[in-house]
Amino acid sequence: MKEEKQQNISTKKPRFWRWTVASIIFRLILIYFPKNLNLATRPEVSTPVTSLRRLAEGYWLTQSLMSPYAGSMYHGSPLLLSVLGPLTMKKIEEQPFHLLCSLVSVIADFICAMLIRATGLKLRMTYCERLKLLGLGKLFEVSEILPSEDIAALVYLWNPFTIVTCVGFNTTPVENLFIILSLYGACIRVAPLAAFGWVIASHLSLYPAILIIPVILLLGNGPDATPRKLFLMCKKDEDDSSSKGRVEQNGLKELKSFSWKPVVLFFVWAFIWTLYVLVLCGIFMRNYGGLSEMFRRTYGFILTVKDLSPNIGVLWYFFAEVFEFFRNFFLIVFHVNILFMILPLAIRLKHRPCFLAFVYMAICSMLKPYPSVGDSALYLALLALFFNELAEMQFSFFLFCGYVGVSLLSPVMHNLWIWRGTGNANFYFATGMAYACFQIVLVVESVSAMLNHDRKIRKLVAAT
Amino acid sequence: MVRLRSILLFILLFKSFGSIIIAEQSEEFSEALLLRPLPDRKVLAHFHFESKIPPTRTHGPHHSLFPKSIYQLVHKFRVREMELSFTQGRWNYGRWGGYDPISSRNAKPPGVELWASFDVPQHQVDASWRNLTHALSGLFCASINFLESSTAYSAPQWSFKSFTTNVRYGTLPREAVCTENLTPWLKLLPCRDKAGLSALMDRPSIYRGFYHSQRLHLVSNEFDLAEASSGMVLEQTLTVVLQPVTLGSGMTFGSIRQPSWSLSSLFGRKVSGRCVLSNTSNVYVQLEPNLVSELKSTSAMQQESDVKNLVSQAWSDMSFEMSDSPVRVIKEVYGFHKESSLLYEYSLANSSDSRPFDLEFRWKRPVTWSSQLAPLQASRFLMGSGNERGAIAISLKSVGRSEYTDSSDDEDGRCSLRVDVFQVVPWYVKVYYHTLKVYLDERLHSLADVIERTNVSPSEDKVSPGLMELALRLPCDVNSVILTLEFDKGFLHIDEYPPDANQGFDIPSALIRFPEIKTKLHLFEDKSSCKSPLLSKLQEESPILWYTEVLLVPLTTPDFSMPYNVITITCTVFALYFGSLLNALRRRVEEEERLLKNKATKDSSPIGVLLSKLSAKLRGKPLEPPKSSASSSKVSYKLILRVILVAGIAVAWQYFG
Repeated sequence: MKEEKQQNISTKKPRFWRWTVASIIFRLILIYFPKNLNLATRPEVSTPVTSLRRLAEGYWLTQSLMSPYAGSMYHGSPLLLSVLGPLTMKKIEEQPFHLLCSLVSVIADFICAMLIRATGLKLRMTYCERLKLLGLGKLFEVSEILPSEDIAALVYLWNPFTIVTCVGFNTTPVENLFIILSLYGACIRVAPLAAFGWVIASHLSLYPAILIIPVILLLGNGPDATPRKLFLMCKKDEDDSSSKGRVEQNGLKELKSFSWKPVVLFFVWAFIWTLYVLVLCGIFMRNYGGLSEMFRRTYGFILTVKDLSPNIGVLWYFFAEVFEFFRNFFLIVFHVNILFMILPLAIRLKHRPCFLAFVYMAICSMLKPYPSVGDSALYLALLALFFNELAEMQFSFFLFCGYVGVSLLSPVMHNLWIWRGTGNANFYFATGMAYACFQIVLVVESVSAMLNHDRKIRKLVAAT
Repeated sequence: MVRLRSILLFILLFKSFGSIIIAEQSEEFSEALLLRPLPDRKVLAHFHFESKIPPTRTHGPHHSLFPKSIYQLVHKFRVREMELSFTQGRWNYGRWGGYDPISSRNAKPPGVELWASFDVPQHQVDASWRNLTHALSGLFCASINFLESSTAYSAPQWSFKSFTTNVRYGTLPREAVCTENLTPWLKLLPCRDKAGLSALMDRPSIYRGFYHSQRLHLVSNEFDLAEASSGMVLEQTLTVVLQPVTLGSGMTFGSIRQPSWSLSSLFGRKVSGRCVLSNTSNVYVQLEPNLVSELKSTSAMQQESDVKNLVSQAWSDMSFEMSDSPVRVIKEVYGFHKESSLLYEYSLANSSDSRPFDLEFRWKRPVTWSSQLAPLQASRFLMGSGNERGAIAISLKSVGRSEYTDSSDDEDGRCSLRVDVFQVVPWYVKVYYHTLKVYLDERLHSLADVIERTNVSPSEDKVSPGLMELALRLPCDVNSVILTLEFDKGFLHIDEYPPDANQGFDIPSALIRFPEIKTKLHLFEDKSSCKSPLLSKLQEESPILWYTEVLLVPLTTPDFSMPYNVITITCTVFALYFGSLLNALRRRVEEEERLLKNKATKDSSPIGVLLSKLSAKLRGKPLEPPKSSASSSKVSYKLILRVILVAGIAVAWQYFG
């Protein structure tokens, strides 16, 4: 029986690599037909903030000695402009310009998947370790715990959302890469790496800034585990019985305390990286109005929802229709909606920082003004990391069908409204609404499933 | 005392009288009308009025002929040069010509076009422009004040007009031009439309035309300190293209119909005399060079001896005749072409009420000819479908003649042609300037070889329109040039759409300019010809201009009837998110169970039971009542008590609050 399982595991590894390579080859094939696919201009794929076409325009403007932000086209980071900009102009042997940029996103996707896998491995190891420490190792056999890291990496690589994002030129893969990098750095408790990822990710797309809470929790407490209370309960039992070994108890003591050292280190490094990024941006922007202009054109553009072109979110239509004198009020309300949920979630899920990061990312991708399917791809991959814990999640089939249905209906409605002129904006907005609702259900259900899971473990610990 | 006062009064009177005399000496007004038969059987009528005053600095602020409103406008806003045109219809460059001075000056884009340059410091230009638009809007009963908003005007650098700074340019392509705009324009003339040539402007007949453009061009050197300043010159022109009525009169030759025309048949009126305030008052009939050569060749064919006749006795040619004999015939001395145009001059000096002037132009036989065309025929169109994105294409097609371009050679000796393109796009058409492509003879060409100079100021959302200026250097033998630019269509807020949102939005005309090819009439440097301001104007060199079509861009519209639905539904979704997530976080199953167990075991006082019931109700969990018998009556009793309590609080609030 055991041999069989080991064989299973050993055969699983090559299969994983085979699928990874296959996904990359699939991407490379798709890159050669970008004109036919026309993904770069899809509203689901590229938003005004992430579109590489706009980046090319910004780069062209800097080449002709103008500010890249002149003309309300480009709203990304100046650093990205100086890194990716030259790639948009270069042509290799008459190949279209997008080839190099697409290669960059393929590489970013691959690294991202690898980092997810490494993070997942770390998470699973801790999970198993903790279960053993709690004396539940026998209950959860090794066979039952699936290799969630492989699943998550493959989910990320083979998710149609990711593939579409990778092939349709935009900067989302790079942004996702930095988010994952920060989580990975925090997971392996390397504060400089975590700080670097966090600073760059927040600089590129602002919303990852709220990941500071999970990153700190990860650095302080270590990767996701069962609630600390359980160990206390467990310890009490052990004190009574004093039958267990000393070593385990020492391990538990270590786990108990919140280690401040990496957190302080993280803050120091975050400060250094922020300074570094700001200085670089300042040098880039010195002729174009300085840093204030950059903040106004990037973060200001994101926060004030200036572009009302349709996307899969809900805010564009709302702000296209809402009365001008209510605009500021609703801007505040919608942004505060994101901030309000940060604290309750952090309190309730403080023992599971990675899962907390997933919930934050999902909420952001639901409520941000310019969402794209690339954001969903990221949080779906993070969700797959908790494959074992969330096995008992409700409505998962319903949600799956909902995601498939929305991603099929939304392009149809868009086509009817924009291209054929027979539909109406309301139909397209309705698919956006449905998408938002499914995301809400997903977040709520996964959170309650996770809490239930912890409850179950607690019950089991209490029972033993 | 009385005497002193009378002396003072006398002195005052004398002074003012003297100043009037000085003003009359130097103030000038002149009127002229130029008529030209067009190749497609239509007639071009070009009215030209010019008022001049000497500078205020040397001659004082008094004037009698020059319109006071314009004078005040210039002084208030320090306008150096200004041109305002109201146009209906589109000038047909292919048929009516694109190479002569009249078309290059008077062919204007549809709607209102206004440009002005100011003699103020750089930072005040925009404020001056805004004030000027408001003043002109009031003056001409038009919505020129829409040009005030910064999304409507732009500041061209060099492609629109060379060697001027502080220029602002704006157009309103959809402005409807009508008689309400003409009346204030006529009010600026000293004789209004009561006497002189302007009496011909019968509203129904001039608005029936195929093209109608009233223009006001102002040049002022008032603020120059140099001695040679010439004061202010106000040039008012009205260019109309009319279709002569073909009621029996005229020649029908096969399928070709060549209607004859007269002033009375074109305008429905006759000129009963000149405006007495004008210095010159002339009517000209111009025959285009191609028509002259055509006439020459046909008359040479028919009557070889009468070739000379054309010039000497031209008004009674073989092909046409005119009712009056001209005062003189002016022949162009030298053109780029072998042929030159002819001008017949008539004076209005002798006409009066009893003997009104009515020129009649009768064709004796049909003649076909074509007008002189611009070196490249420009047109602009949209590409792509759907309401998400598209592309603007400007195509320049060669007319297949190289004589225009002979004069401009490169340093390398290669013949080349310079073309300036000036294009303004509104902000909701988001142009990607890096996608500019140039196709020469339908093959993609590198930009660096063709484009000599560029100036792009990209549009900013809700702030400024996009402006593109390109200087192209094309080889002479090029057949077709196509410039393409991709754009995304913007989405506006519901309030920013005009009432007829589904009609689409206009992209103003682009201006194609050939700065190296100048056009003018080459007349004898005769004193008498210079006396007429129209002729001297036509003899000034001007670059060839070509306004392209106005493009109509349909933009996607949201549902205009749904703001409340959208607001409520979106807010509901947000509430759903917030409520359900908070509920999921708040729920503690074990504690509830434990609590219930405790309650069940304890089974204490009825208050405790009620409390647990209340908490269970608040939590939305049905509670298994330990004793189900008395509970219902207790609940109702409690409910009544609660209602009474709430009502009491409400009454107290109402009473004390």
